[in-house]
Formats: sequence, structure tokens, C-alpha cells
Amino acid sequence: MREEIICAGFGGQGVMLLGRVIAQAALKENRHVTWIPSYGAAMRGGCAFCTVVISDREIASPYVDKCDTLFVFNQPSWDKFKAKVRKGGLVLFNSSLIKAQQPPRQLRIRKLPFTETAFSLGEVRVANMAALGAFLKEKNILKYKTVLDVFSEITPRHKLHLLEVNKKALEKGYRGW
Amino acid sequence: MSKKILMTGNEAIGEAAVRAGCDFYAGYPITPQNELTAYMAKRMPEENRVFVQAESELAAISMVMGASASGRRAMTSSSSPGISLKQEGISYLAGAQLPCLIVNIMRGGPGLGNIVPAQSDYFQATRGGGHGDYHCIVLAPCSVQEAHNLVFSGFALSDKYRAPAIILGDGMLGQMMEPLVVHSKKKNLSTKPWALTGCKGRRPNIVKSFYMQEGGLEEFNKALQKKYARIKEKEQRFEGIHLDDSEIILVAYGTQARIARVVVEALRKKGKKAGLLRPVTLWPFPADAFEELLKKKRKKVRFFVTEMSYGQMLEDVRLAVNGRAAVDFYGRAGGGIPTEEEILRRILQ
Repeated sequence: MREEIICAGFGGQGVMLLGRVIAQAALKENRHVTWIPSYGAAMRGGCAFCTVVISDREIASPYVDKCDTLFVFNQPSWDKFKAKVRKGGLVLFNSSLIKAQQPPRQLRIRKLPFTETAFSLGEVRVANMAALGAFLKEKNILKYKTVLDVFSEITPRHKLHLLEVNKKALEKGYRGW
Repeated sequence: MSKKILMTGNEAIGEAAVRAGCDFYAGYPITPQNELTAYMAKRMPEENRVFVQAESELAAISMVMGASASGRRAMTSSSSPGISLKQEGISYLAGAQLPCLIVNIMRGGPGLGNIVPAQSDYFQATRGGGHGDYHCIVLAPCSVQEAHNLVFSGFALSDKYRAPAIILGDGMLGQMMEPLVVHSKKKNLSTKPWALTGCKGRRPNIVKSFYMQEGGLEEFNKALQKKYARIKEKEQRFEGIHLDDSEIILVAYGTQARIARVVVEALRKKGKKAGLLRPVTLWPFPADAFEELLKKKRKKVRFFVTEMSYGQMLEDVRLAVNGRAAVDFYGRAGGGIPTEEEILRRILQ
């Protein structure tokens, strides 16, 4: 098993954190894992992204050219990465903020309102975790329970009040709309 | 087995330095190694050790020189243009035979360059970099774990030979998070009887790179060269994969070696006898490994070098092979990473 993931969106939508939670959960399940942030000149309103590789075997190259799963939260990221998804690859598509004129064929696109869902939960920053919930449902790679454990482990003390709403978002994404 | 944690290469190097007993760090921020400076800013005071954000790279390397002369385990880090600025100090450190660890998380060049992964500072690191006939010991990790491990080796080798050691990584290694098992804290660090620790009750020590007497500097250079010969003889390190039966051997270091490894696997699947020789020490370059391969091989062997540069380590491979086998090359720089497909295509041509 080798799963290559790209998480992309505006700076502030939590795409780095999303990747880190996935990486941390994979490590917890004794997988090999690499996480690489996009690093370079970026523009407000542009695109931040990270790539995660999860594998049962030692990861020779951490470099991701085409991915198996794309988390995409804004229009510039969709425009940039839609060609980077493998045939049959999964796209967790933030329909609240992206319009797809002609989505590429042969992709499993799940158009879901991550940002609106997060709004309705009263915390717009948890759109990433709603998407993660949907990912857990779509792909049987990581266990729901592991992700909950990761939440508890990595939440710093001064952010503990956000733990519950993150869990709610994850659940919403997992159970579906 | 100890617990694995996720860390970036930059942080793994910082934590290793703390655990290896580094008690003085001076640096000046520059991407893509900023997280290392930031990590040291947090960790060093926690351990009651010295962290200085210097006013410039020149100041940082000079502070490292002072700390090292007084017997401290001293360290600095930067990225390519910043390392260029440090060259004067590095030459003085080599001249005064002072140990220290210098981390270069390389970015694209020349000039200001950009902050993407690159391996274009190989010449600068392995040939000395500053003025004078000197070398630094250069270690090239290819994973977060190895970056952590080599910090310990770097400090130890640097102390042993009283020569600056360099960790040469690239932006991807610095930024990437991978599982890591941290080493326990090092105890019983080597003593430094040559250090300037106050000479009450003993003869004064002298640390210098300046020789007034006629012929003095030449004598010193001879001694320095003897030391380098000893390092070359004893400290070459490399990793070999499938070297025994290989007819095509890829040569790559650092992050690029990981891509080369994927190429080796792909070639093996196609029934080609491919292997990987990954230098871990870039200076001393593992030339003996090539010597051994060329001696052993009855059949023809050829080498294929790949780098995130336009062919720097390539020269050391050619020197080691010395015309006895074909040496081909593919590289990109300035942000381009030679991909598996590109390398495969060139090998199979």
C-alpha cells in the first residue's frame, strides 16, 4: 500500500494541519510516512499545500508527482492540482468555495460543502476536519479512532476548547450530509 | 524500541545537537533552515545553554569560533547564500584547527537564488569553500533519521580531528517530516586540553592560524595535509544497495539518493542489474568503494550520477573511476528535481 495525498487551499484553511494529522495518525498505525509542506513565495488568496505519503514499506522517494487523494479547499488550488490526481483518484472537493466547470473524468470527485458545514458548527476553521472525516469514510486507510487519539494528543492546552468542535466536524464529514 | 515521533529535518538536527551536547549556537535566519534556528532558540535556553541570534552570518561564525576556541561544542546553521558569507570564518576555523558543526540546508543558486531543494553547494562544501588549502568533513543525510544521527557523528569527528564538520542537506530534507527515534543524551564528552580555558597553573595554550616565522606556515600546512590524509584513510562512509551483482550503479546523495533508489527498484523490475552507491561522507569522498568495485568486477560496470545540480559530485566520481568505466550524468538545479521517469529514460536510452 502506498497512498499519496495532496492537501491544498488558502493559507489559513488548515491544510498543513490536516496533512500533519493524517501523518500523525499513519505513524500511530505503524505506517511509514512523510509530510512535506509547500515552501516558497506565496500570495494572499493563493495556494498553500502539503504532500503526505503513507506506505507499508519504507518510503524511498517522498516526492509526490501524482496523488491518489486530493483535498482541495479553494479555486486556485483546484485549478493548480486537478491535473495532479491519478486516474480513479479521490478528490475531496470543497463545493462551498469551488466551482468546477468541467471536472476531469475518471476521478472520484466528492463535492461536499466543507466550509459551510464548518460555519454551521460555529467555527469556520474546522472545514479541514470535515474533509478528513469524509476521507476516512471513502478510504479505509486510517481508523477513525486513531484520528480522535491524534486530536487529543496534539491539541495544545490553550486550544483545548476547540477540541470538541473539531470532533464534531470530523463526525459530520464521516457520517455524511 | 524507542517511540517514534514526527519531526522535520530541521528540528531533528536541532534536537540532535542538544542531545549531542552542543552548548553554543549562533545563527542568523534564512529559509529553508529557519526552523532549525527557531528550534535552537527555544531548546537551548531550556537546557541552560547559549543561543545567540547574531546580527549577521559573519558574526555568527565568528562567535562559533570564539566558543570553540574556549572548548565549547559550538554550532551554526544557514542556507546557501548565508554559508557563502560564513566562508571567511570557516577558513579561519580550519586554519586554527577548531572543531564545530556547520549545517547547510541548501537552496537553489547562484546569487540570492530561491528556497527550493538543491544540491548546488557540493563544490563549496567539499573543496574548502574559503581561502587556503583546507577541507571540512562533509556529511550528507538522506532522511530525517539520518540527519539526526549524523549530527552526533559530525560533532564527534569534528572533535576527533579538530576540523569543522558540515551537514549538507537540502530544502526538502529540512522541511520534510518523517518518523524519528531520538538518541539519548550524550555523556562524557571528550576533553579538549588544547582549549583556551584560562591558563592558571598550566602552560598557556595558543590557538591561531598565523605563522610569523619563515617556513612556519608551510610546516603547518604539511601537518594539516597529514591530518586530511588520515581522515581520507579512516572516515569514508557510504551506503550500497545491490552492489555485488550490479552492472549499472547509480550514484547519488541526500534527497536525490532516495529518488535514485526508486529508479534502482524500477530497473530491477525490468530485469536490469542495477544498484545504488550513496556517499554519506562527501568529504572524504568514498573513493575506496569505487576502487573496490572496479577491482572486483570482471564484467563491465557503468556508473550513472544524478544530482540536483549540473554535475558537481560527478567530478569526484570521475576522479575515483579514472577512466576505467563509463560515467553518465543527469541533473537539474534551481528548483528542478530530476524525476524517476527522467532518469530511467536516460539510463535506458
